[in-house]
Amino acid sequence: MQALWLTIRLAGIVTLILLLVGTPIAWGLARAKSWWKVPVGALVALPLVLPPSVLGFYLLLAMGPHGPVGRLTESLGIAALPFTFWGLVVASVFYSLPFMVQPLQTAFESIGERPLEVAATLRASPMDAFFTVAVPLALPGFITASVLTFAHTVGEFGVVLMIGGNVPGVTRVASVQVYDHVEALEFMQAHRLSLVMLLFSFVVLLALYAWRPAARRVG
Amino acid sequence: MTAEGIAARFRLGWGRFTLDVDLALPGRGVTVLFGRSGSGKTTLLRCIAGLERAPGGRLVVDGEVWQDENRWLPTHERPVGYVFQEASLFAHLSVMGNLQYGLRRANASRAISLEHAIELLGIGHLLDRKPDRLSGGERQRVGIARALAVSPRLLLMDEPLSSLDAARKSEILRYIERLREELKIPIIYVSHAIDEVTRLADKLVLISDGRVTGMGSVQELTSRLDLRSQIGRFEGGAIIDARVVSQDLATGIAKLAFDGGELMTTDVDALAGERVRVRIRARDVSIALDCPKNISVLNCLPGVVAEIGQDGGSSADVRMKVGNTSIIARITRHSIRNLRLEPGVEVFALVKAVSLDRHSVGFS
Repeated sequence: MQALWLTIRLAGIVTLILLLVGTPIAWGLARAKSWWKVPVGALVALPLVLPPSVLGFYLLLAMGPHGPVGRLTESLGIAALPFTFWGLVVASVFYSLPFMVQPLQTAFESIGERPLEVAATLRASPMDAFFTVAVPLALPGFITASVLTFAHTVGEFGVVLMIGGNVPGVTRVASVQVYDHVEALEFMQAHRLSLVMLLFSFVVLLALYAWRPAARRVG
Repeated sequence: MTAEGIAARFRLGWGRFTLDVDLALPGRGVTVLFGRSGSGKTTLLRCIAGLERAPGGRLVVDGEVWQDENRWLPTHERPVGYVFQEASLFAHLSVMGNLQYGLRRANASRAISLEHAIELLGIGHLLDRKPDRLSGGERQRVGIARALAVSPRLLLMDEPLSSLDAARKSEILRYIERLREELKIPIIYVSHAIDEVTRLADKLVLISDGRVTGMGSVQELTSRLDLRSQIGRFEGGAIIDARVVSQDLATGIAKLAFDGGELMTTDVDALAGERVRVRIRARDVSIALDCPKNISVLNCLPGVVAEIGQDGGSSADVRMKVGNTSIIARITRHSIRNLRLEPGVEVFALVKAVSLDRHSVGFS
């Protein structure tokens, strides 16, 4: 149970952080006409193709005592991030970034320029127009992106193992717990946890697909 | 520089298209920017609204600088109302929500109340609906009311009728005519349809390839032979202002008076005393040296040949002065030679049909 609760807490926090971080990135990518759009888009998509262990390895180096992030945390008087819950959060934010940014970018792009121009002629500043026109029109995109981000964070394994190790109650999330059970030949426990994960994933995807046709009307 | 009116100078280039205009537009009435699609008239309108940035441009409205070297008012700070080609209503808001969006943000004095805008456009029964439950014509009416609800000092309309069918078009035209009657704000209206020009325009600006090729009153520009190719050869012709003198209900024939004579016509949807605008297509006008008897054509107007157009191959445009009014006829060069037509020759213009558009108020 501890592992499940930890997993949900991790995924929830990561989804919230990514809503804050991913939205401006997606907005920038959707609206920019500049050359940097392509390299930034590729960078954001990187976690999709990179083996999680590779991503985890680099993050481990960065957050370790000799890495740039590690030095920063040390000078701020915070303990090093690897093998802590917050280290996992930071790593998961990178790992799940494309799952937040890409659906949002698509949603923003499908709104088009016009509603924002209309808002401007109706005296709305760009910021005002973003919150009162772009966000409500992109709401289905926000829901899709949040669900995918949450679910994907729940399913991560490789990065967790590299960054978090296997500290009970701190970094031992459900996917790692299953691995442990199997290693210890505790197949019954592995079964129980795996079944929960399986049902969870299926229900999430079912809800997403069932709800999507209604979303298509918007835009 | 006059305090009233709009002075606009924009230069803008994208690839092969360039916009290069320097204009002084009146601060009242309806000014129609007329030109083919791709001529740059919408771009000019977007520059005025601040939706397009033309570096180095200058825009002064009623003595207030909206754009010059040191100043650039963003769109949301310009006191304009903008009606887009498609109504572009916010899909997530009801009709009322759409109307209130701008209303809540406009801090200007309420020259036009929301109730007035709703009443003007006849949308009182639609307020609770979502945009996807409206017809095309209703959507555009809401779009216009939404633009008015911010009490703009200048109303910009970008081909608001182009996405509608003929019936919806004439319905919305009636509403736009009411606007010009009841609201004292200048309207800049982009169009490529000559019937909209006839009905609405007080002043006409012709735009071609990003440049202004003619500017003046509708009567003046439509009677210029050198601009005929831009205004439309087939449908084109002189546009004149007239007044309904009488309506004979038995025969369906109405008598119109204009500055130069009288015109008989049918199917006039206006009462005696009302002002109308009449478009006399050049292809519906013949020229005779005397007034023929026993002919079905109702109108035989005495005039003088003023000008004969040079281009056009086997046919040519002939401009005649009938009193103070210009009428254009499109006839063959063969006939011009036969009748020995040249400027100064006294002739009769035989007008077979006129296309008539209501135009009840004028600023002339």
